[in-house]
Amino acid sequence: MSRYAGYLPVNVITGFLGSGKTTLLKRLLESPDMADTAVLINEFGEIGLDHHLLEQVDENIVMLQSGCLCCTIRDDLATSMRDLWDRRAAGEFGFRRLVVETTGLADPAPIIYTLMADPVIRYHFRLGNIITTIDAVNGLSQLARQPESLKQAAVADRIVLTKTDISDEDEDGLRKRLRSVNPAAPVFLAQEKLTAAKLLTNDLYDPKAKSKEVAHWIDAEAFQDTHHHHDRNRHDESIHAFCLTFDQPIDWTAFGIWLSMLLQAHGEDVLRVKGLLDVRGMAGPVAVHGVQHVVHPPVHLKRWPDDDRRSRIVFIVRDLEQRAIEDSLAAFNALAEGHSAAA
Amino acid sequence: MCGLCGVLGAGEHWTDSDDTLKKRAGAETRRRERAYQITLTNRILAQYGLKLADWEGSSFVLSNRTGASEVIDHFAALWSTAEKMIKRPCDPLDPTVIDALGA
Repeated sequence: MSRYAGYLPVNVITGFLGSGKTTLLKRLLESPDMADTAVLINEFGEIGLDHHLLEQVDENIVMLQSGCLCCTIRDDLATSMRDLWDRRAAGEFGFRRLVVETTGLADPAPIIYTLMADPVIRYHFRLGNIITTIDAVNGLSQLARQPESLKQAAVADRIVLTKTDISDEDEDGLRKRLRSVNPAAPVFLAQEKLTAAKLLTNDLYDPKAKSKEVAHWIDAEAFQDTHHHHDRNRHDESIHAFCLTFDQPIDWTAFGIWLSMLLQAHGEDVLRVKGLLDVRGMAGPVAVHGVQHVVHPPVHLKRWPDDDRRSRIVFIVRDLEQRAIEDSLAAFNALAEGHSAAA
Repeated sequence: MCGLCGVLGAGEHWTDSDDTLKKRAGAETRRRERAYQITLTNRILAQYGLKLADWEGSSFVLSNRTGASEVIDHFAALWSTAEKMIKRPCDPLDPTVIDALGA
């Protein structure tokens, strides 16, 4: 994990229109823990934010030639982040964390892509937790009707349910739906005491992250539980989550060929992939993390989070069959038998 | 260009970005790993009538059976280039692809 030591973590706060992103951000910024946090927001809304490191970005998306929507550089975001970095380097002000608040209709994938692909930003910043606010009043219908809302929930590392105090809607139904879309993300209530430590820190790439955070990040058991209760016949469940486990070590080269090919063919339907891999020839696990076509640089961890040494890969996909993905990866991994890098 | 292809200046492919992984047992040298990567990739490309070759250790050449070829600067651009050459998707979930690998 030393690879990211010295990189500034970037937290993304996303959520559909009116779901309470700015209210949450305002509350977090009141905490002394957030004094060294810079903030980039897409638009100044009705709720005033008073923070000394607040910048506004406009939505200026640069579509790369032949690229899909998720593989666009958010030029506005990249420019703002570079500017913040330059000012920090010049000693104008210091900050140790950046929070980006998206618009309600934002697709989070280009923001993540910008962090991972921009040639300057990727050497100074790293992706931290993604926090998604879900409105308890309208959340269930938004998840059913608004693809952006579903995607925002699928990529979340932490989910904050807002407006539960004024909602008469089916909170259990909403929680069940969120579990089916993103089983590993813990769900918090906006009314509870939410701190930076609960929401923003303790991510996989945090150099101080402990084994329990790694176990929590993958949370394969939650995915397996979802698999048993999944009703594929429901139209709004075209997005579903599952976990694959492999007893045999994974050949890294074969895996790289396979995942690259899978994401080229189906990246728009692979909303998230996270894996802890038992890679042949390696002592500890390798953490792999991707959002659509974008794959985060893998991280080699020194130790496994628990006694289970099997490779575990969790997928959140749209209209892709678990069996096909499992068979395909197994077939590619078997290719390596009889060949090896040592040959 | 998409995320897999890397934007201008983005540098290495994600499979090749971790120093510890680069030194794993059996893949200690870049040359050996690259040769292995090409060998495995060609097992899959054969299904599409394509073949990958190393070019000076820095690029790749992807060619078809009629002799048409494309230079690929970066491994990440392989599948998009292959799809352009065969004019259809290279889909690892295609049952015929999976069956052929097991044959």
